[in-house]
Parts: sequence; C-alpha cells; structure tokens
Amino acid sequence: MTRKRKRLYLVIGSVAALFVAAGIVLTTFEDNLVFFYSPSDLQEKGVDEDRRFRLGGLVEEGSVVRDGVVTTFRVTDLAESVPVTYTGMLPDLFREGQGVVAEGKLDGAGVFVASNVLAKHDENYMPPEVAEALKKTGQWQGGTQ
Amino acid sequence: MIAETGHFALVLALVIALVQGILPLIGAQRGHQPWVALAAPAAGAQFVFVAIAFSCLTVGYLTSDFSIVNVAENSHSAKPLLYKISGVWGNHEGSLLLWILILALFGAMVALFGRNLPPDLRARVLAIQGLIGVGFLLFILFTSNPFGRLDPPPLDGQGLNPLLQDPGLAFHPPFLYLGYVGLSVSFSFAIAALIEGRIDPAWARWVRPWTLVAWCFLTGGIALGSWWAYYELGWGGWWFWDPVENASFMPWLVATALLHSAIVVEKRDALKSWTILLAIIAFSFSLLGTFLVRSGVLNSVHAFATDPSRGIFVLIFLFLVTGGALALYAFRAPTMQAGGLFAPISREGGLVLNNLLLTTAAATVLLGTLYPLFLDALSGEKVSVGPPYFNATFIPLMTPLILLMAVGPLLTWKRADAGAALARLKAALVAAAVIAGIAWWLLADGPVLALLGMALFAWLAVGVLVELAERLRLFRVPFRDSWRRARLQPRAAYGMTIAHLGMAFIILGITASETWQSESLTVMRPGESVELGGYSFTFDGARSARGPNYDTIEGDFIVRKDSRLVARMKAETRTFSNPPMQTTEAAIRPTAFADLYVVIGEPDGRGGYATRIYYKPLVSWIWFGALVMMLGGFVSLSDRRLRIGAPRQRQAVAGAVPAE
Repeated sequence: MTRKRKRLYLVIGSVAALFVAAGIVLTTFEDNLVFFYSPSDLQEKGVDEDRRFRLGGLVEEGSVVRDGVVTTFRVTDLAESVPVTYTGMLPDLFREGQGVVAEGKLDGAGVFVASNVLAKHDENYMPPEVAEALKKTGQWQGGTQ
Repeated sequence: MIAETGHFALVLALVIALVQGILPLIGAQRGHQPWVALAAPAAGAQFVFVAIAFSCLTVGYLTSDFSIVNVAENSHSAKPLLYKISGVWGNHEGSLLLWILILALFGAMVALFGRNLPPDLRARVLAIQGLIGVGFLLFILFTSNPFGRLDPPPLDGQGLNPLLQDPGLAFHPPFLYLGYVGLSVSFSFAIAALIEGRIDPAWARWVRPWTLVAWCFLTGGIALGSWWAYYELGWGGWWFWDPVENASFMPWLVATALLHSAIVVEKRDALKSWTILLAIIAFSFSLLGTFLVRSGVLNSVHAFATDPSRGIFVLIFLFLVTGGALALYAFRAPTMQAGGLFAPISREGGLVLNNLLLTTAAATVLLGTLYPLFLDALSGEKVSVGPPYFNATFIPLMTPLILLMAVGPLLTWKRADAGAALARLKAALVAAAVIAGIAWWLLADGPVLALLGMALFAWLAVGVLVELAERLRLFRVPFRDSWRRARLQPRAAYGMTIAHLGMAFIILGITASETWQSESLTVMRPGESVELGGYSFTFDGARSARGPNYDTIEGDFIVRKDSRLVARMKAETRTFSNPPMQTTEAAIRPTAFADLYVVIGEPDGRGGYATRIYYKPLVSWIWFGALVMMLGGFVSLSDRRLRIGAPRQRQAVAGAVPAE
C-alpha cells in the first residue's frame, strides 16, 4: 500500500460519507423545517392544512376554557387571533395575557391543533419570536428584552 | 469590602494571565530560559487569584449580601443553603466566573502534572491557556462584572429561578464546564505542537489524559442535564434536540472522535494533522456553545437575561481563536511528516471510519442548530428544526458506527483480516438475530427501528464481550492462564470495554423506552384508577402543604400490581413566590424493568386533577449507560502508561499491546 493509494482510499471514503450524509440531510431538511407564524402572518399568507408550524403570540384574556385534559384558547398578536386546541398538560407558566409558542397544524375548520405548547422558563422572559411578532403589529410595550 | 476584594483579585488574575500568555511564548521562541520558567508559577498564581474572586462571590451569596447586584438579582434570604451555593453559577456572571475558575484550574494542573514535559512545550501550552484566560477575563471584567454594587441595597433578593433550585443544577454546570474547558488543554497542546512543528506518539500520550478527563466530564454533564430535564420539566422526555443541548453534544461528538484518532497517533504515528484539526474543532465547538448560550440568540432555559454586547464579544473571541488556530494550522500542517502506513481494512482504517462518522454527525447537528439563526439573519424568517430532522440524519450515521464498534477492536493494526474478525463475531450476530426475533414477536408488526435498535444493542454488547474473551483467550487456554492475562491487561483496554458496553446500554434504554412506553392522560378524581403497563394507579386525593420557600399541592397515588401494593407515589405542583412561578415535581418510581412516572396538573374545579402517567421501560439505562461510559473513561485514565507526564519522548512503541 503506497502512501498515495492510502490517501486515495481516505479521500474516496470521506467523499462517499459526505455524499451520503448530504443526501440524507437535504431530503429530510426541507420536510422538517418548522416555520414560525404570528396570527397576522397566518391571516396574510395562509398555511397548508398539513404543514406543521409554530404559532406564537399572547394567550388572549378570557379565552381559556378547560374541559378535562382538553384546553382551548386563542392566541393573539393584538391585531388578529387564532383559536387553538390542545390535549395534554400545559406548561407551568401558561397564563392568560402571557406569551406562548405552540407547535402543531391547522384543522379543516381553521382551528390550530397544538401537539406541543412550549414552556416559558421564567416569569419575565418573553420568547423572542413573540416579542418580534408583537413589535410588528405595533403592540409591544415591554421595555427591556 | 468582599466584593471589591473579589473584583481586585480578578484584575490581578488578568494581569498575570497576560504575563503567562506572552512572555513564555517569546521566551520559548528565543530560548530565553527565565521567561520560559515563568509559565508554571504564573499559571498557579492565576488560579489562586481567580479562586479568591470566586470565594468572594460565594461568600456574598452565603451571607445574602444584597448590596451586590448579582446576589440581589439571583438570590433570596429564604433559599436553602445548597441553592445559595449553587446559585453562584445559576446566572450569567457567576457561571462565567465558574468557567474562568475551571480554566485556571486546568492551567494550574498542567503546570503541576506537566513537570516531565519538555520545558518549551510546557511553556507554550501554558501560554496558550493564559491567552484563552485573558480573553475570558476581559469578557467578564468589561461586560459581565459579577461584583457590581447596588445602592441602596434592597431588603431581599429577587430569588433564583425555581427550575434551577434542584440538586441537579448543583452538578450539571460544573461537570459540563469541566468538559468544555478541559478541551482547551487539548487545544493548547495542539497549538503548541503547531508552533513547534512536531508531533509524535509522545505528544499524543501527553494529550490523551486531558482529552479523556474532558470527555468524561462532558459525558457526565450532558447525562446530568438530560436526567434533570426528565424529572424536573415533567414532560417525560429526556432529549429534545434543543439548540442548547446540541451545543454541548457537538463538542462531545468531536471529542469522542479526537479520543480515538489520538490513539492512532500514539500507536502508529499516523493521522497527525487530522488529530490536531480535531483538537482545534473540539474547543471551537465549546466556544460556539458558549456563544449560543450567552448571546441570547436562543430561546431556552439556559438563556439568561442578555445584553447584545456580550454576544458580540464572544463571537469576536470565537473568530479570533478559531480563525487564528485554523490559519496557523493551514500554515504549519503541511510541514508535518506523515507517519505509519496502513491498509484500509485495519485498526487504523476502522478508527478513520469512526472519525468520519462522528464528525459527519457533528456537522449535521451543526447545520440543524445554526440554520435557523442564519435564515433569521438573512431573510428574517423564523424557523426551527425539529427532532424529525435529527432522528432522520442521526440514525443512518450511528447504525454503521455501532456495527463498526464491535468489529474495530478485533482488527489488527496495519493490515487486518476482516473475514477472521467477523467470524469471531458469530456469537454477536446470533445474539442480534435472536433479540431482534424476540422484539419482532413482542411487537407483531411494530416499528422497524425498534428491531434495529434491539439488534444493535445485542450486537454491540456481545461483540464487546467477545473481544474481551478473545483478549483473555477465555475458554481456549486453561482458566488460570486467562486469569493471569486478565490481570496483565492494561487498564486502558478495560476502559474501552466498559465505555463501549455503556454505549450498548444507552442504545437499549433509548430503544426500549421509545418502543414500549405507554402513557395515560386523564382527569382523575380521588378513588379513580388507571391501568398502565400492568400496573394500576389509584389517585388517593391531593392536599396543600408548605415547603421551605414554596407552597405545594401534593397528589398521592397508590400503585398496585396484581392487587399487591408496589408503591405510594407523591407528585407535586410547587408554587414559588420569589420569583413567582410554578414548577412540576414528577413522581418517579424506578422498578426492575421500568420507570413509573406521574405528573399532577391543574385542578378542574370539581375535585378532579389533570394527571399524566407514563410507563417507561428501561429508560434509566440511558443515564446508567452514560455513567458506565464515564466510568470507562476514568478506568482508562488510571492506566499507568497514561499517567500524566510518564511517557518519555520517542519512547519505542510498546510491542504487542493488545486491543484498545
């Protein structure tokens, strides 16, 4: 085995590994990007029924209805709002008037079926996506972020 | 006074780090011995002053001195003692100080244990450590001073995030930092070697213990973080492919690759420049992780309240360190003499493949982690990359890696007979087929991944044991001879066996818990029962109680199996007032084969509570496996041949050293 041959094998091996990895990455990447939309974005652009995405905004005051383990509420950016239904246990900091990010899909009736409601870990912390969505609608009042 | 002492000690540490970073480098270049000799005492002194600063902050927390901004913002007088101590690193400034303390500690340890190193190499390594220290000391002093005063001091502090008030937090950051920062030593050795333009097996032996220490702590730190998320967040999951988790996982993948490629440098004097590159990348990933966490670009429990100047500082530092190191690498690496030759099918070939797979895995994680940041910066679109992407890329990369893990150690150096190695693995193949068959029978037409996972577990576990038996010639020579061989085996070989077994346990835990998990989500009233995984869970009512600094609702559950009492479990929802927040305390009961996991949620106002119950088979094997891996690392570390500084330069490669 000459040094050149060895190097050749190494190069071929690495290139092959890279190609396989790149192939897997590219085919799965597109399908697994989860976009973030605010209720206003949703109104403007519209999203396919089968597409998973993240919805962020504030939990509308007075909109939370609990029925057993199913919770329905509305997510608002104070311009538009979207009805959401979620089956499961909500994170500890889920409150009316607080920021929330939910991941899921729209059903046929325009209700967002959340499979996952993301926890906020800190009372003073606003998810940056939500803060930005609120800034866009001109409703941002928080001073420090 | 205590805060000012701490602040002053930090400034002194910066001055010493500057001396440590500059003079020994010049001294080693010009052959000026007094400057070379300066490196070790400077490293010791830097550590002493950083330790003084850290103690000052700790005293501030212990005495609840709310005239210090950092203490007032992150502590509270009613907090239990343990969390007053761990609260020191439960915030940005304090955790940065811990980072610097550990960095200085590693520097001091290199100075202490590196007495047998050639003086020039030691001086250069310590100088690079010193320069990294300069960067971080500037960072803390100019953007994140933990010793700022507050006038007038408040009556009480704002308290620590209750999620962080947990014994797990006391150990998770220090372990992780020991791992992150430990990689700085491998980095410094790599840079020093590039400056000297010489790498030989002795160099690899000097670096390996440091990489091994870092790797062990990184493994432990990641496992602790995962375990903490499992029991504290109450979601029942243990890994979320969260960007911050990825930030710690990427250095781990590269450090694992480095650990293996350094063996090739040590035994065969090959793969030298690749190993150097891995050492640079591993520490760069540590810095990248720091940047991701500190800059506030991520939304996570780890993102402390942020200030943009900090992110920019770390980013510039990252560019300087990585860019500088890579430039030096590009300039010097071609001058390195390539070493031992090997056939593609050989121990070296196996390790090269291991490295390719691990670094490719790290690259896919990097893409998934950074892509959302780039897209946001370029187009303003917000996306996230979820677990499906990581699962789809990781499983195809890890499967060949694990197949290889059983084969590689059976191959000989230089040129190996793949057929002979595979023939010895017949037992592993049979075991894999049997286990997959059983899994198939249990699952009827269950997910293929479950069969794959179980088969990989059996293949690896039996493969590792076969390799051990081969080494001891078990059953082929009289037992007495095998015993003698067992005692003569180097510890490093046992370390490998143990660590690889740990990996098998992790695969078993992941596969079993993902495949056979069952869960129930219902509103339960007192007296009602739920059947899950052969157990019956009866809700025995909930009541309010008072903890040291929180109010709690405790739900009692009686668990029976075949009407025999198994356990009483108590799940809690705690409400803290400083800061106002709720946390979920899941009740977890490990049994022989599964974890029982109960979470109690909101009352429905009619006497019922939302409850979530999981039955998670073998899930604890994930963390047990990580612990075993870490143990394997420490066993390997205790190997006499690797004792720091023990090897002599250009020492003849030990003759028939068995598998490792």
